[in-house]
Amino acid sequence: MNSAIRFSGVSRHYGAVKAVDDVNLDIAEGEFFAMLGPSGSGKTTSLRLIAGFERPTAGEIHIYGEEAQSIPPYKRPVNTVFQDYALFPHLNVRDNVAYGLMVAGVGKKQRAKSADETLEMVALGAYGDRKPSELSGGQRQRVALARALVNKPKALLLDEPLGALDLKLREQMQEELKSLQRSLGITFIFVTHDQSEALSMADRVAVFNNGRIVQIGTPEDIYYRPQQPFVADFVGSSNVLPPEFVAKLTGKTAHGSLRPEAVHLSETGHAAQIKSVSFLGTATRVSMTIQGVAMTMLVPKGAVIPKAGDTATVSWADDDLHLMAVQ
Amino acid sequence: MHSDRAPMGLKVAAGLGLAFMHLPILLIFVYAFTTEDKSYQWPPPGFTLKWFAVTWGRTDVWEAMSLSLKVASISTVIALFLGTLCAAAVSRTKFFGREAISLLVILPIALPGIITGISLRSAFNLAEIPFSFWTIVLGHATFCVVVVYNNAVARFRRVSGSLVEASMDLGANSFQTFRYVILPNISTALLAGGMLAFALSFDEVIVTTFTAGQQQTLPIWMLEELVRPRERPVTNVVAMVVVIVTFLPILGAYYLTRGTDTVAGQGK
Repeated sequence: MNSAIRFSGVSRHYGAVKAVDDVNLDIAEGEFFAMLGPSGSGKTTSLRLIAGFERPTAGEIHIYGEEAQSIPPYKRPVNTVFQDYALFPHLNVRDNVAYGLMVAGVGKKQRAKSADETLEMVALGAYGDRKPSELSGGQRQRVALARALVNKPKALLLDEPLGALDLKLREQMQEELKSLQRSLGITFIFVTHDQSEALSMADRVAVFNNGRIVQIGTPEDIYYRPQQPFVADFVGSSNVLPPEFVAKLTGKTAHGSLRPEAVHLSETGHAAQIKSVSFLGTATRVSMTIQGVAMTMLVPKGAVIPKAGDTATVSWADDDLHLMAVQ
Repeated sequence: MHSDRAPMGLKVAAGLGLAFMHLPILLIFVYAFTTEDKSYQWPPPGFTLKWFAVTWGRTDVWEAMSLSLKVASISTVIALFLGTLCAAAVSRTKFFGREAISLLVILPIALPGIITGISLRSAFNLAEIPFSFWTIVLGHATFCVVVVYNNAVARFRRVSGSLVEASMDLGANSFQTFRYVILPNISTALLAGGMLAFALSFDEVIVTTFTAGQQQTLPIWMLEELVRPRERPVTNVVAMVVVIVTFLPILGAYYLTRGTDTVAGQGK
C-alpha cells in the first residue's frame, strides 16, 4: 500500500512547550486512521501540521510522497472538517459547499451542480438555499463534511467532528462516516478524545500523550494489548496493576493491565474490600481494593451485586492479565 | 416603588435638554429664509427664497464645497485603506507593542484638535512642505483613520479565525480569502466607519485652519462669511446643506451597524 501521510521525526515546539515531539507515523492510502488522546496531547496539532496551518519546528512531513514543508495550506490535497465547522455565515449552504470549486475557478453552473450532488450524498439535498444559522448542529456538521468532500481531497482531516453532537446523533454519524469512507475510498484522519469512537471507527489508532505517540495499532491491539500503563488506563479505563502486585501474582516484574469486565465474583480467588458501587445501566461498576491495590470490575446485569463495605471474593483468567514492560 | 414609567419631572427635563440642543439648529434654518441680510433679527421681518438663488450664483461657495467634498472623499479612502490594515494587524496577530500601537492609533481623536493642528503645522513647516490640498487631506486622515480602525477592529475580532483557515483549507489564497470571506464579513463595519470619517472630515475646522494654505473648505468659508455684514443668509443656506450632507451618512452608518450583534463564524 502507498503511503498517504508520513511523519518523520516531526516536532512542533512553542518555546518550551512541546506540542508535538518527535512523532513518526505512516498512514496508508485509504486508511481510516484515528488520533486518540487527552486534550493537549498533540493530536490536533498533528492534524494542523498535515493541513498546513502549523509548520513543524523539526522533522519532515510527506503528503502522498511529496515533501510538504513548502506547500501552503491552499495547495495541499487535503481538506479539513473543523471542530466548530467554520461554515461561512454570509453564504448559503450551497455556496458554502461550492466555495472550494469557486476559488478553483469552476464555472457557476457546474459548481452548483456538484454542490447539490454532494449535499445529496449527506442527505441535505433540500437545504442548499438555507443559511448555516438556520441549521441544527448535526446538519451543519454534514454541510462541513460536504464542503470538504466536494473538492475530492486525497485525505480528509476531521478534528473532533462529532464532539458537539448529542449521543444518538453521534452514534448515527459514526456509522455514516464509516460507510462514507468505505464508499469513497479516501484516507480519513480523525482526531478524537473519545476512545470508543476511535475503537469503533478506525482501522488503526495512534494514542497520543504529552506530544508523543505512545502506541499505534489496530483497535484490538490498543484495547487488549496496551504497551504502556497510560494506554491501558486511557483506552477503556483498564485496571493498571503495579509491578510489585503483578510480581506476586505471576512472578514477573511488569505493569499489568486487567479489564474491568474480565474481573468477576467467584468462590475462590482474591479477597476484595468493596469501596463503592455505581449502576451504569447495562452493568454495575464496583470499585474495590485487593491487598491495597485499587481495582474496578464490571458486574453484568442479573448477577448478585455486593454492597459497599462488604468483603467479596473475585478472580480473573490468567490470560486476561496483560503484562506491559516497566518504563 | 418600581415603575417602568419615568416621573413627569424627568420627562420635562429630558425634553428641555433635547430642545436646548436642537432648537438653535432650527433657528439656523429659519434665518436661511429671512429678508433681512445684515443682522440676525428676531422675529425675521419677512420670508424669501431668494438666498437660495444668490447662493447658487456664488462661485466661492461652489469652490469651498467642492474642496470639502474632495478632501473628505480622499481622506476617507486613505482612512479605509490604512484603518483596515491596522485593524487586521492588531486583531489577527500578536506582536510586541500591539497594545501601544492600538493606543497610538486612537490618540489623534482623543487629543484636542488644536494640538493635532499645531503639531501638524509645525511638522509641515519643519519639513518645508508647502500648505496645499494634500496637507489638509493628511490632517484629516489622522482622525479619519481612527474612526475606520475602531469600527473595523471590533468586527475583525468577531470574524472567527477558523473561517480564514477554512477558506485557505478549501484552496483559497490570501487574496481570495480576503475578497470572499473577510471583506463580506467586515464590509458593513467599513461602510459605517467610512461614512463617519467622511462626515467628520466634511465639517472639520480646527485642524484645517492649521493645515490649509489659501484654500477654504466649506466650514472655514462659513466662519469667514459670518464676519461679513452682507448677504448673511447665504451662510445659513449653506449650513442647511451641510447639515443634510453630514446627517445622511451618519444616519446610514447607524442603520448599517444596527442589529449586527450576531457573531460571524460563531459556528454553533
